[in-house]
Amino acid sequence: MAPFLFARREPPAPGAGPVIEVTDLTVMYGDRPVLWDVDWEVPAGVLMAVVGPNGAGKTTLLRTILGLVRPVAGSIAVFGRPPAEARRWIAYVPQRTAVDWDFPATVLDVVLMGRYRHLGWVRRPGAQDRERALEALAQVGMVHLAHRQIGQLSVGQQQRVFVARALAQDAWLYLMDEPFAGVDATTEQALIEVLRGLKAAGRTVIVVHHDLQTVPLYFDWVTLLNVRCVAWGPVTAVFTADYLRQTYGERASILSG
Amino acid sequence: MGFGFLMDPTFRLVATGSALIGAVGGVLGTFALLRRQSLLGDAMSHAALPGIVLAFLLTGSRDLPLLLVGASLSAWLGALLVVLITHRSRIRPDAALGLVLSVFFGIGMALLTVAQRRPTAAQAGLERFLFGQAAVMLPQDVEGIARTAALIFLLIFLFWKEFKVLAFDPAFAAAMGLPVMALDILLTTLTVLAIALGLQAVGVVLTSAVLVAPAAAARQWTNRLERMVILAGGLGALSGVLGTLLSTWIGRLPTGPVIALCASGIALFSLLFAPRRGLAWTVKSPGGKRRAGPSG
Amino acid sequence: MLAPQVEIMLVAALAGAACALPGVFLFLRRMSLVGDAISHAILFGIVAAFLIVRDLRSPWLMIGAAGTGVLTAVAVDALRRTGRVKEDAALGLVFPALFSLGVVGIARGVGNIHLDLDAVLLGELAFAPFDRLIWGGWDLGPRGAWVMGGLLILNLILILTLYKEFMLSSFDPDLAAISGFPPAVLHNLLMGMTALTVVAAFDVVGVVLVVAMLVVPAATAALLTDRLAPMLGLSVLLGLLMALGGYGLAYALDLSIAGSMATVGGILFALAFLGAPAHGLIAQARQAARRRERLAQQMLVIHLLSHEGTEAEREENCIRTLPAHLRWDPAFAERVIDRAERAGWVVREGDLLRVTEAGRQAAQEILGANGGAPSHPPS
Repeated sequence: MAPFLFARREPPAPGAGPVIEVTDLTVMYGDRPVLWDVDWEVPAGVLMAVVGPNGAGKTTLLRTILGLVRPVAGSIAVFGRPPAEARRWIAYVPQRTAVDWDFPATVLDVVLMGRYRHLGWVRRPGAQDRERALEALAQVGMVHLAHRQIGQLSVGQQQRVFVARALAQDAWLYLMDEPFAGVDATTEQALIEVLRGLKAAGRTVIVVHHDLQTVPLYFDWVTLLNVRCVAWGPVTAVFTADYLRQTYGERASILSG
Repeated sequence: MGFGFLMDPTFRLVATGSALIGAVGGVLGTFALLRRQSLLGDAMSHAALPGIVLAFLLTGSRDLPLLLVGASLSAWLGALLVVLITHRSRIRPDAALGLVLSVFFGIGMALLTVAQRRPTAAQAGLERFLFGQAAVMLPQDVEGIARTAALIFLLIFLFWKEFKVLAFDPAFAAAMGLPVMALDILLTTLTVLAIALGLQAVGVVLTSAVLVAPAAAARQWTNRLERMVILAGGLGALSGVLGTLLSTWIGRLPTGPVIALCASGIALFSLLFAPRRGLAWTVKSPGGKRRAGPSG
Repeated sequence: MLAPQVEIMLVAALAGAACALPGVFLFLRRMSLVGDAISHAILFGIVAAFLIVRDLRSPWLMIGAAGTGVLTAVAVDALRRTGRVKEDAALGLVFPALFSLGVVGIARGVGNIHLDLDAVLLGELAFAPFDRLIWGGWDLGPRGAWVMGGLLILNLILILTLYKEFMLSSFDPDLAAISGFPPAVLHNLLMGMTALTVVAAFDVVGVVLVVAMLVVPAATAALLTDRLAPMLGLSVLLGLLMALGGYGLAYALDLSIAGSMATVGGILFALAFLGAPAHGLIAQARQAARRRERLAQQMLVIHLLSHEGTEAEREENCIRTLPAHLRWDPAFAERVIDRAERAGWVVREGDLLRVTEAGRQAAQEILGANGGAPSHPPS
């Protein structure tokens, strides 16, 4: 609770090693291992995709970094600290289906939620926060819909709202769970531009992604995950047919050409 | 049958108490509704019965605040058991709610037969907690209701944005570092308090109606949480006053069912005729793809 | 002629058994609270039907009231489908309204129904022996026993004849539809069966406690078995136990009969929740402890394998530093290493742990065909 009480905004010490450092991480879901002995490092300033088949533990990996899931073994350091302490520098975009879109809130209401962390307890969002939220909405091309009820948005627009909320958080690390799921091509292009902008500003972005074809186009780093971490590194080095086969089994042969 | 009672101080007192109870119910019902916990309220209000009777049996006192403390504790225990049963066994929420609701109520009824053997039982009037009896409210009761209501409103005001994000997106709230568990406990406690207040006017069997109906009605009129909470509080207060008024006027009626009927009537009207979302408007354009409400 | 106590027990036991059967299917379809809604709504049905037939004993009253129950289920579903409110709120809106109408009707003595509010909540089981079925001058016993017995038989016949259809449509409605068993028909049949049973049992235990008879035996049975047929049998048995045990408790301590039945139901459920052989809390805790050690042993070999032959091997796979790396308590780590050694998965080489061929095979099996490759650091 303490870090929320004193909403500090100082950036994490720059250049002090990797953004995320995971060693020997094992996470269980019930009695089933979801992540088995994962060693993983994410350097600062990369735009990284996490790919792997269904049930590979991609969402669990993000939730573990956020400290929402307790590992049974291993350690995680985010900006050199335990996850719970590092949350103030992390923005999270959950899967779009995780919330009730009939909730009585406007687009602006939802984006303003990204400012709550900076406000701390009791204080209400002020003009400055409103400005920052509108700015974030502008970045995803949604300002004109700021006062629309969220239930009236299309899937792509809902996803843009979620990304705008993350932008409004002014974070150093962005964790996004399938932000391109079900969105139209225009939105996908718009969002990838936003992500590139974040990378250019020195932020680290990790995206759970399901479309293997676009990995080399959109991302510079990639992690191949299937319960174990099969490989990670620059796309050019590890996004190979061999590693993909190890991740997906033989089904990944479409890419070997 | 005249309307002289409208000027009667006793009636005014009772109406004030009922209005406050309805307002608190509507405000907390909004959160219960949005968090899909409408039926948890039903289970909790039924679960309050053994607490009331036990408080009487253990202390022999018929002091209202004391009975309501008993009610709150046992309602809380009921909610806790629902969570425990759903998390630690294969029993799903619907069955867990039904279980807690009916077993706690049964225990309460069994204890009530014990309480009725006590010589003071008749004055304790425990039966009024079954269907509510607003008419027996005393000035100090209404004062207590007003204090509790003020506390509840203050806490909701203070933790407004936290409760909002908790209700909309708990995963995001947790990722942001909010103590989601503590907030959940606080909100549940406030709901338990609202139920404990509601028991006096509406009774264990129907208190959930005061939580669900005004909130469901308010949702049809607005798309903003701020307005929805205020509107639900207002509609709850209206149901409370209207119900008390009608049951006094007609006579020979426990207030609970009448308040529940007023709240249900308001909800029905809102579902049918609220601008944009009203079902009456969609019937007129058959096959039209106009989406007044979302799916799912 | 039987003693009144025996007759009361007979009626209660038949009610418990009759409710337990539809209860199982409601439980499986996650509709236990629809049962709750139906039992509240039939109060309105009884009042409304009485205004039409003007006879509390008419079978038409029962059928009319049960019809209201089915209509309630339909109304809740229709309201949910409009998308204006979620399912929980739809339930929470409909049944308190109908129940309130019923209570108001009774309190105002609409049509002079002789029911008081206590009877609504608690039923009139104690009066069961006074309401007798007389046919051709013969006293055939309490009417309640015939009604509840008849419903028990009806429910049994329905479930026995349509066993596979009910099972399939509860488990996989789409497959049921494809196989030519329209789920809607089966659904409405179940709702009708529930409503009719609830209307009859209403006399015995009252509105709220009918819910106990629908929910408790089924939920308890679900903790005791994994298969449908035994679940139905157990549920009936538990329904009987709940009714008879409840009557015994009420008789011994002079308590409300219906309240005691629900209390006994709660006790039965609590016992199963704690002590059920596979799904009880105690059994779960024991399994979890066993699983934790087995898992730790697997984790150990996988950890050792991932660092085998790397520069970090001396550091990572050393007995002294291992607990720190895996975040294990040293004593726990020692136990796990011992276990793995006894299983022949690892051997000690001084401070270093090495995986044997058997351990290697075990690791391959755990990881399956996929994901078997060791981690690769960025190149």
